[in-house]
Amino acid sequence: MAARQINNPLHVLGHYAALILLALITLAPIWIMVATGFKDDVIVQQKEPIWFFFVPTLDNYEHIMTRGKFDRYLWNSVIVGTVATFLTLFLGGLCAYALARTEFRGRVLVANSTLLVRMVPPAVLAVPAFAMVLNFSLDNDLAVLIFFYTALNLPFAIWLLFGFYKQIPVELEEAAIVDGATPLQVFFRVLLPLMKSGYAVAGIFTFRIAWNEFILALLLTGRTTRTLPVGAAGFITDTGVEWGRIMAMGTLIVIPPLLFTFFAARQIISGMTAGAVKG
Amino acid sequence: MPDAAEEIVPVAARRPWDLSMLGPYFFILPAVAVMLAGLVYPVIQAFYLSFYDWKIGTDFDDAPYVGLRHFIRMIGDEDVGESIWVTLKFGFWTISIEMLLGVSLALLLEKPIRGASVFRTIFILPLMVSPVVVGLIWRYLFDARIGWINYYLGQIGIEPQVWLGDADLAFFAIVFTDIWQWTPFIFIIVIAGLQALPSEVLEASKIDGANWWQHILYVKLPMIRSILLIALLMRLIDVFRALEVMYILTGGGPGRATELLSLHIYNRAFDTQQLGYASAISVLLIVIVFFLSYGILKMGNPLKEKADI
Repeated sequence: MAARQINNPLHVLGHYAALILLALITLAPIWIMVATGFKDDVIVQQKEPIWFFFVPTLDNYEHIMTRGKFDRYLWNSVIVGTVATFLTLFLGGLCAYALARTEFRGRVLVANSTLLVRMVPPAVLAVPAFAMVLNFSLDNDLAVLIFFYTALNLPFAIWLLFGFYKQIPVELEEAAIVDGATPLQVFFRVLLPLMKSGYAVAGIFTFRIAWNEFILALLLTGRTTRTLPVGAAGFITDTGVEWGRIMAMGTLIVIPPLLFTFFAARQIISGMTAGAVKG
Repeated sequence: MPDAAEEIVPVAARRPWDLSMLGPYFFILPAVAVMLAGLVYPVIQAFYLSFYDWKIGTDFDDAPYVGLRHFIRMIGDEDVGESIWVTLKFGFWTISIEMLLGVSLALLLEKPIRGASVFRTIFILPLMVSPVVVGLIWRYLFDARIGWINYYLGQIGIEPQVWLGDADLAFFAIVFTDIWQWTPFIFIIVIAGLQALPSEVLEASKIDGANWWQHILYVKLPMIRSILLIALLMRLIDVFRALEVMYILTGGGPGRATELLSLHIYNRAFDTQQLGYASAISVLLIVIVFFLSYGILKMGNPLKEKADI
C-alpha cells in the first residue's frame, strides 16, 4: 500500500529533527577532538569551550610529527594493518570457499569452532602472548602483531566470506568449466569479480581491528615497533594535560577508519548486521 | 546421438574446481593452523599457566606448581568478585539503555526517508573510531578542570564534579561513553531487521485494525525477537571482552569502581605482576564467554549450512 510512504508533513519534519539531533550527539565528541587538535594550548586550557570560532594552528601537528616518533608509529601501523589484512583475506578466503563448496569430514567441527574462537577475549590472549614473546624473544618484531591480528580476524572474515560465496550460483563456475576455463581462470575471472564487495567488507573490518587495536600492541611491541594507538596512549601518561597534542594524534589515527566509513558505509553496515539479520 | 549426451553429463556434473582431488583440507588448513596457534593455543596456555605461580621478571622454569590453589583463592577473592559485579552492573545499565534507546529510535525512524544513508553513515562513526581514541576524547570531556561536561553543567547551575575521581561518577562516565558508542549499533541492526520484515504480515495486522502500540508489541517486536536476542548476546560478550576504553578513561579506578573483568585480568597480570593468578581468572572469563557464544551458536550457525556442490 502506498499509504506507508505518504506522510503527514509534520511527521516528516519530526522524523528529520530527531535524526539530526541524534547525528549531532554522535558527531559532537568527534568534532571536539578534531577542533581541539587545531587549538593552541591557551585556548585549550580556557574553561569556556569554543566549538568553531578560534584561530586554528598546526602547532600540535608539528609537535607530534617532528618531536615524537610519529613517522615510526605510522609506518608500523600501516605495515601491520595491510599485511594482516591481506593474510586474513587470503587464508580466510580459501577456507570460506572450501566450506561453501565442498563437503569433507570435520566440516561441522571447523564451522562450529570457528564461531566459538571468534569470541576469545583479548585479555585472555594477553598473558600467553606475553609468555610466547618472552620465550622466543620476539619483542620488537612486527611479525608477532601481524600474526595475532590475522588469527583474531580470521573467524569473522571466514564467516563473512562464506556468506558471500554462498550467494554465487555454482552454475556460473560450472559454465566456465564447460567453456574450458582452468581452475585459476575460474577463480580470477569468475569468482573474484563477484566477490569484490565481500572481500571489501572483510578487508575493512580486518584493517579496522588491526589499525585500532591497543592492548596486544601495548604488550607485544617495543620501542621501535609501537603502533599509533600505543603512541597516542603514551602521550597521556608522559605529558598529562597536553590535550591539543593528544587530540591531534587522535585525529590522525581516526582518519583511515573515517575514510572507509564515508566511502563504504553500506558495506560496513552489511557486515555489522550480517551477524544478526539474515538475508 | 547417445554418445554425445553421455559425454556432456559427467562434465557438467563435475565440481567446478574438483576440490576432491586436491582435498579441501588444503584450503582449510592454513587458516585453521593460524587460528589454532593464535587463538586456541593461547587459551590452552592460559589453562596451563593457571597452575603455576609465575610472576613478571622471573623465569617461568622457576615458577612453583601450585595446582588448583589459584582457583581456590579466586573463589574467596573479593577483588575478583567485585570486578565481576562491576561487569554485570555495567552490562545491565549499558545494554538495557542501549537496547531501549536503539529499539525505540529504530521503531520511530524506521520508515524509509530521503537521506537515510547519510544518517546511517554518521551513526556508524563511533564504532569505527579506535577505542583508545574514544577513551581519550571522553577523558578530555569528563576532565574536572577544563572538561566540557562540567562547563555546560555549570551553565545550568550544577557544581563541577570530579567525574573520574569518584566511584559512582566514574562508573556513570564509562556507562555514558559506552552508550554513546554502541547505541547506534543496536539502532542499525534493528532497523535492518525491521526493514527486512515481510510487508504482507505488517499490512495484514494493519487491516485487522491493530493500533500503533499493538502493532509494535504484538507484531513487530515478536518478529524481530531473534535479532534482539543475538544483539543482546553480542553486546554481553563485548562487555566481558571490553577493556581498552576503560584502560584509557579510568584505568579501572578509582579503586576498582570501573574495573571490568577483562581489565582486572590485565591489571592483575601486568600491574600487580601475578601472571599465574591472572591466567586462572582468565580461565573463568573464557568459560563465561564460551557459554555466551554457545548461546549464539545455538541460535544458528550459518557456517554449518550445507556446501553447494
